[in-house]
Amino acid sequence: MTLHQQWVAFLTIVTKEVRRFLRIWPQTLLPPAITMTLYFVIFGNLVGSRIGEMGGFDYMQYIVPGLIMMSVIQNSYGNVVSSFFSTKFQHSIEEMLVSPMSPFVILSGFVVGGMVRGIMVGGIVTTVSLFFTDLNVQHAWITLLVVAMTSALFALGGFINAIFANNFDDISIIPNFILTPLTYLGGVFYSLDLLSEFWRTVTLVNPIVYMVNAFRYGVLGVSDVNVYASLAAIFAFTVVFFLLALWLLRRGTGIRG
Amino acid sequence: MSALTLRNLTKTYANGVEALKGIDLTVERGDFFALLGPNGAGKSTTIGIVSSLVNKTGGEVTILGHSLDQERELAKQKIGVVPQEFNFSQFEKVFDIVVTQAGFYGIPAPLARQRAEKYLRKLGLWDKRKNQARSLSGGMKRRLMIARALVHEPELLILDEPTAGVDIELRRSMWDFLIGLNNEGRTIILTTHYLEEAESLCRRIAIIDHGRIVENTDMKSLLEKLQVETFILDLARPVDHAPELPGFDVHLRDAGTLEVAVPKTQSLNQLFVALAEQNFEVMSMRNKANRLEELFVRLVEQNLPEQNPQRENAS
Repeated sequence: MTLHQQWVAFLTIVTKEVRRFLRIWPQTLLPPAITMTLYFVIFGNLVGSRIGEMGGFDYMQYIVPGLIMMSVIQNSYGNVVSSFFSTKFQHSIEEMLVSPMSPFVILSGFVVGGMVRGIMVGGIVTTVSLFFTDLNVQHAWITLLVVAMTSALFALGGFINAIFANNFDDISIIPNFILTPLTYLGGVFYSLDLLSEFWRTVTLVNPIVYMVNAFRYGVLGVSDVNVYASLAAIFAFTVVFFLLALWLLRRGTGIRG
Repeated sequence: MSALTLRNLTKTYANGVEALKGIDLTVERGDFFALLGPNGAGKSTTIGIVSSLVNKTGGEVTILGHSLDQERELAKQKIGVVPQEFNFSQFEKVFDIVVTQAGFYGIPAPLARQRAEKYLRKLGLWDKRKNQARSLSGGMKRRLMIARALVHEPELLILDEPTAGVDIELRRSMWDFLIGLNNEGRTIILTTHYLEEAESLCRRIAIIDHGRIVENTDMKSLLEKLQVETFILDLARPVDHAPELPGFDVHLRDAGTLEVAVPKTQSLNQLFVALAEQNFEVMSMRNKANRLEELFVRLVEQNLPEQNPQRENAS
């Protein structure tokens, strides 16, 4: 395929993915908006008003970046894992496998589709948050970079999960039992300074801590960890996940007889 | 240049099942080719490998001069595949399914829409273009898969049981459509369980059984191998015994029907003369089975004892 043909094929997958999650918007776009509104009302307004400041900001402002990042992570992952598994389940993956599209194009299309949903939901949550607090983005480029890389990383995670999944249980195990606990324990709702030395050290093993803090640095200008080390780590993980997913796709793991 | 060449194609699945044991096959350009075989013979595995849905264990696949190993993209541009099972997203609209497939081949959206309209109209689905695929009938879904397989205008079209579950009228119209495509110069390979379909449409035929090609010839030569043809004769008056006709094997199916095996060396005239001499009046006559079916069963049965004793014992 020529470069232009590959570009057309890539856009086709992205369009198909975006069309899919827009078609089922009550399942994909509405729930995060409602959930996050509840977080803002309960944790930000009701509980937060009694907590006072955290990291030099009122509690509502402090948790907003974490909640935005949580939405981005869950939706980027969720979009690709459910979409790619559905194409396997309905055998419509065969439409792509018989075509001359390279595994690189297929993977990129799904990942960008997941990123679009993650970033779109992030935008919705940001908009909702503006009803509760003011946000003055301190480092716009870092904010955008962290959102883009994190959504790409978790879209890739969803893709790899879907490759190995054989049934619908397999696509809910990682989000429910790994992703959600890691996100809640990833400093979304609290500063690591509140933890004892031991638990702080344990928490630093959680990769989501770095994403949440790098994003919080971009928005508020404060972070519990080194921001540039976080960016480097997210980038490295994204590259490793991309190469792994590409290798699995080329081999036909989970999709070819 | 051949449309498809398979050389020593082998496939052993992870569970140890040897689905293909060295297939050699050539399909010439412009041919209308039937690949037949009983269930589990290796037809779908062969098609799966050619369409890149199954990884081969060994051998070579060449599509219109392009090796599937070395020139994968070029080879894949040349073929369109209509699979046995419905494999599109049930929730997408008919038009979107076809346009999206064109996009996978790098066809820009305006041309993709034009082609989608052309093939949806040809296959009588234009009125359904805004419907979700799940709302279509079985026959419409099959036609949708044909439209989708044609949208990049492949030179080689492979259809895996395209008329399974399709009513007779629709099947005939699909045959006409496929004949039209073949007349335009497209090579067509189809698998089918309807042997009448293979006999009506295809010029060449290969029979695959237990992962091996057991016959590969043109339809005429194959039918000439049929040594005995069996006919059903409906009689004018009921009888209580079958007549004894020298040179013919005759059975009484019921009081008004005879089953007669006619060797190729005997003419039907001789049969009717012999029947008339014994005062048997025949009102109508038909083949017991399609000629190809009769031959197919014999070929597969011949192949049974030596290669699959389990199947023989089971029967």
